[in-house]
Amino acid sequence: MMWSWIPGNWSLIWQLTWENLKLGVLPALYGLVISLPLGIIAARWRWFYPPTLTVVNIVYAIPSIALFVALIPKFGLTDTTVIIALTVFSLCVILPNVVEGMRGVPAAVTQAATAMGYGPLRRLALVELPLAIPVIIAGLRVGVVSSISLASVGQLIGVSSLGYLFIDGLQRSFPTEIYVGLVLVIVLAIICDLILVAVRRALTPWLARS
Amino acid sequence: MSFFSWAWDWITQGANWHGSGSIPPQVLAHVGYSGLSLLIAALVAVPAGVVIGHRGGKAAIVVTNFANAWRAIPTLGLLTLLAVYFGFSPLTWLLPLVALGIPPILVNACEGVAGVDPGVRDAARGTGMTTWQQIVQVEVPIALPLILVGVRTSAIFVVATATIAAEIGLGGLGRFIIDGLASSQYAPVAGGALLVVILAICVLALFALISRLVIPPGLRDQGRPQ
Amino acid sequence: MPIRKVVTAGLVTVSVAALSAVTACSSSSSSSSSSPSSPASTTAASSAASSASNPLSSSAPSGTVVVGSANFPENELLAQVYALALQAKGVKVTTKLNIGSREAYYPQIQKGAISIIPEYNGTLLSVEVDKTSTAKTTADVDAALASGLPSTLEVLNPATAQDSDSITVTAATAAKYHLKTIADLKPYAASMVLGAPPEFKTRTDGIAGLKATYGLSFKQFDPLDESGPITIAALTGGKVQAADVFTTTPAIVTDKLVSLGDPKANFAAQNVVPLVYKPAATPVITSTLNEVDSHLTTAALVQMVNAVVTDKQNYTTVAQAFLQAIGMS
Repeated sequence: MMWSWIPGNWSLIWQLTWENLKLGVLPALYGLVISLPLGIIAARWRWFYPPTLTVVNIVYAIPSIALFVALIPKFGLTDTTVIIALTVFSLCVILPNVVEGMRGVPAAVTQAATAMGYGPLRRLALVELPLAIPVIIAGLRVGVVSSISLASVGQLIGVSSLGYLFIDGLQRSFPTEIYVGLVLVIVLAIICDLILVAVRRALTPWLARS
Repeated sequence: MSFFSWAWDWITQGANWHGSGSIPPQVLAHVGYSGLSLLIAALVAVPAGVVIGHRGGKAAIVVTNFANAWRAIPTLGLLTLLAVYFGFSPLTWLLPLVALGIPPILVNACEGVAGVDPGVRDAARGTGMTTWQQIVQVEVPIALPLILVGVRTSAIFVVATATIAAEIGLGGLGRFIIDGLASSQYAPVAGGALLVVILAICVLALFALISRLVIPPGLRDQGRPQ
Repeated sequence: MPIRKVVTAGLVTVSVAALSAVTACSSSSSSSSSSPSSPASTTAASSAASSASNPLSSSAPSGTVVVGSANFPENELLAQVYALALQAKGVKVTTKLNIGSREAYYPQIQKGAISIIPEYNGTLLSVEVDKTSTAKTTADVDAALASGLPSTLEVLNPATAQDSDSITVTAATAAKYHLKTIADLKPYAASMVLGAPPEFKTRTDGIAGLKATYGLSFKQFDPLDESGPITIAALTGGKVQAADVFTTTPAIVTDKLVSLGDPKANFAAQNVVPLVYKPAATPVITSTLNEVDSHLTTAALVQMVNAVVTDKQNYTTVAQAFLQAIGMS
């Protein structure tokens, strides 16, 4: 383990970490933005969900490198290719959780809301979604963590991330680089995970009180 | 879609089904890598998850968080690290795939057992079952739908990621993807990717069948997708 | 309670918007990956006139040149040498390293998303330009390239440095069978496993070339990596008995491997040469790269690759040292 490599490459390490963070967080957020309307539709119109779920399961089975390659002709060797592919994978994880979260709202609660005079939109925004938040955020956590991890595969098509340290470390038989990359990916993922847990706690104060 | 036409043309070409590096041996190799990894992951994660879930309480929460952190480990990173140290040893691809397969199974086994109705547990104890009998004859069967969902999710991850074995010169369906990329031939890349997806669909079907056979009818509706 | 929720939701939205803005600014499609620790490299953040909407048809934003590299250390090293030399002459450079296979980067340089990439004339010719080419010497290969490359691309002056494929065996194998050239393998090939990069299987100077030129038929072909640790481990560990090892690989010296001679020239000349997207090639760029190449000998290249792969020095450090030695930093 060549410790001296680390101070000698601060800017490289920092830059790769920042790139990896972007490539991990953005797809998860885009995935959330797409999953919310789709999930709400799937929760409401039951027939929509099983085919959607099958498509989602199949798409998730596509190897990430294959999806990157399929997107290159349209989007080039760019961040965009990786972000789109990772958004698709995040979708696969977040969408089922949006549906489960919405379905998990007890019928009694929605009926009470209706009884109190809430229209469907208000009920959705003020009752159903808030109650679904814990499950949705659970899905978002998985989405962010797996995106941060998968982003490293983007290096195989030249999109900069901590994956560069893995590939270069292999080619030069230089484990120091790989250790640094591994630690940073895991640390990044844990930090994002903790932030999301804090967000959940902030958004669902009633759970903390109970 | 041109991806599908490339892939389909390549898959249906007879020449690709004969010879040493052709489709059947690579599918077999791929199933071999995936199957072995999944088996080991299940052998580790199911008992661990069941025991922790049975104990319940804080341990179960720790497991969920730990599994989430575990999910962060990049498979590519593990693979390159092990390749530097072990070169061609089976450990190089086995460890990353097992590491990948453990979290979904662990979390689901834990949640499945922890989520067993306390009333049912009580009833089991009331009829004189020992703890061991309680776990094996009552809690595990009730948790089985969720455990199977976890194993199925793991299976899909592992099948998709077993393509990495080709990065270090081994076989499997990743061979077509890596070789195609290296030789500037899109057809095997598309074909290899499509074959992996087809294999994954077969895995889904297989698990649907297993669920039907193994899960008692009374419990069948409990398997929520994770 | 609603206020708290609204505030949190607002915070989340603002951070999403901020991140998106950061992405949009710092990643204009083609020049997105900034150069690892290259001193004066600019991210193309200044190029607001970015081609974010249509990545493929974009050329690098005017004034900025994109130097790409393939996915192996020597190529990344050469890319850094070119990039730093250009920066020393005041050219704005962004690097896009470790792109991967030619299939990935060749279309990009054809369209100008990358401007410069270090190439090897022989392989470029036989893989992308003319698969049936029989040109073998540097002069013939360069002539074939000049006439065969698409109109948007050109190659500049080749360096004398070459990094060619070579069929390599361990010292023990060479001693056992008295091997000096590839032709000597003929009686033993049928019992040997050959390891090489995956594309060796389909390249004209690969399996087919060895058969045509030397009548060799190996027992089995194992696809490995680009003359990297996997290939070396396979060769020294006995998984393969002969392997395609690139001639600048440090392991040849450190592991005492024997590169067999190629008297019938199955492998063409493989001089290092810059492949350039014509519209981006200003006179400064052309003259700088030609000057660098005039100083790039095989010995210098081997020494640099050794520093990077065996001594684990940084690519930019080694590249900078070379440029300083030839007075171009």
